[in-house]
Amino acid sequence: MSSDRTIGATLVGLARALGHALVSEQVARQPGLLQAFDPRVRVAGLLGLVLAVTLSHRISVVLALLCAAVLIALLSKVSLMTLTTRVWLVVLLFTGVIALPALFLTPGDAIFTTADGGLRITAQGATTALLLIARVEAAVTLTTLLVLCTPWMHVLKALRAFRIPQEVVMMLAMTHRYIFLLAETASQMFESRRSRTVGVLTGPEQRRMTARTAGVLLSKSVELSNDVFLAMQSRGFRGDVKILSEFRMRVWDYVGLTAFLVIAILAVWMGR
Amino acid sequence: MHIPDGYLSPSTCAVLYVGAGLGWYGALRRIRRTLTTRMVPLISVFAAFSFVLMMFNLPLPGGTTGHALGVTIAVIVIGPAGSIMAISIAIAIQALFFGDGGITTLGANCVNMAIVGSLVAYVAYRMISSGAAITSRRRLIAAAAAGYLATNAAAFIAAVEFGIQPLLFRNAGGVPLYAPYSLGVAIPAMMIGHLAIAGVAEGAIATGLVAFLQGADPALLHSTSGLAPDSSAAYSSTSLRSLRKLWISVALLLLLTPLGVLTAGKAWGEWNASEYSAAAGRARIAASSQNQPAPSETPTGLQRLSSLWTAPIADYAPQIVKSPALGYLLSGMFGVGLVMSLCFAMQSLLLRRRGGPGQAA
Repeated sequence: MSSDRTIGATLVGLARALGHALVSEQVARQPGLLQAFDPRVRVAGLLGLVLAVTLSHRISVVLALLCAAVLIALLSKVSLMTLTTRVWLVVLLFTGVIALPALFLTPGDAIFTTADGGLRITAQGATTALLLIARVEAAVTLTTLLVLCTPWMHVLKALRAFRIPQEVVMMLAMTHRYIFLLAETASQMFESRRSRTVGVLTGPEQRRMTARTAGVLLSKSVELSNDVFLAMQSRGFRGDVKILSEFRMRVWDYVGLTAFLVIAILAVWMGR
Repeated sequence: MHIPDGYLSPSTCAVLYVGAGLGWYGALRRIRRTLTTRMVPLISVFAAFSFVLMMFNLPLPGGTTGHALGVTIAVIVIGPAGSIMAISIAIAIQALFFGDGGITTLGANCVNMAIVGSLVAYVAYRMISSGAAITSRRRLIAAAAAGYLATNAAAFIAAVEFGIQPLLFRNAGGVPLYAPYSLGVAIPAMMIGHLAIAGVAEGAIATGLVAFLQGADPALLHSTSGLAPDSSAAYSSTSLRSLRKLWISVALLLLLTPLGVLTAGKAWGEWNASEYSAAAGRARIAASSQNQPAPSETPTGLQRLSSLWTAPIADYAPQIVKSPALGYLLSGMFGVGLVMSLCFAMQSLLLRRRGGPGQAA
């Protein structure tokens, strides 16, 4: 791969991550079904549905949960195009490639055999491949809905409600904050390197360049952590983390939570 | 290597969440005990760094590119406990914020990459670089080997998690309910890519970063170098104190081992070849398999492989001891003693190879 394409691929990856985050923030601010619920209900409800998807043994139930996820997406103003490009096609591509050989490798009753008899698709193979794809599509769709419809800070506060240790929540918040800073810094470093590069770099030169960029980023990261620590200490940080929690459950939230749980329990019961 | 939701059964996910929880608990305890509030921003920024590093495309020999995990450099700079937390945080953000990797499989992903990856990288790096000076070339070899081994160990564990799914979770018609491939397919399929590409990428980026730090910021390589006498002394004294509770726990667990003889029958699938031919054994197999009759003959593979190794203390029952409970207890003590001997042997090997401060490679 040429040096320009290598740097370009890294830049695209960094830009895509930043772009996804922006889309999430925009969708989370729109009025919609999920957005109207307390973040704790969103986290508990959607995770309950994800759990129901993994517990269901029947394709029909898993597909019904996928349809429910699509309905929730539409009511939450999440564009189907976003779900198609970000979830469904990606999952279909990766899980499809993984599931495809199962059609032929799973022993069972043949439903299709090639003319020379070399390959045969079994009913059990088709079922297992379809079940895997449907399950992953449904689970990833539900997880993506949570990601798209809940601002990150609300997810963190919801995690506190689920007794996740304060240090962990604080580290999650800080990491999220600095991912964007470091991603932008890395992006600028690669961009400036690309603008200074004339000709084609050999493979070893590209590896050295990537490692040095990562090294500079590492030094900057450690320096940044020292600065952050000094800033925290100067503001009186002594290891105790306090997070404001202004969430309040209303009747609507209890209705939503009950609905999510009823659907999840029904799906588990029907999908046994 | 990020396992999405749907590939692993809920019970596998639950077990791996418990495993990950133990790893997080241990890492957090160690961070709280040995470290100060400075570790919170350090781990956070390192998690962010690892996250960004995972997006770097690294050109590899042969014209392909690979992505690093970032676990090796995290272990080398902030130690295994910090690395377990930093990589777990990065994986959690990928799952919760970017939808990359599952939520039900978060525990599995953290066990594979953050916990197994960090521990393997740490042991490999410390063993190979033991006694080497900070600027020694041996540290580059150690970083490369640590990265390669950590990635492949994590991939192997993930492959085993995939491979046991069809063995354990099928519906009444024999259809695998989760990842459909057995260990024989999952392990080679997973390992080929990691042995050839991902492991090389992790090793290459770790080597490049250690080489960069040797020249630009060697102080960052000190914490896991084994060359700081003061810190290692503090580590030893703290470890000895903290080990007391562990010894008490091990002793209690040992005393409880005879409980095993109270359980009826054997664990499902742990049958001997001889049980397939004996009527009582066949009845036990059928009873524990939802009344599915056992095969009429002993499976040939089982028959062939079962004679390869004869355990010195078969069925946890030493021949010289008549009481099953006492036999179980003695077997447990022997097993624990064997594990401890191996650990002490590894420790003494590490200590013998560790040189003094600044000692050249």
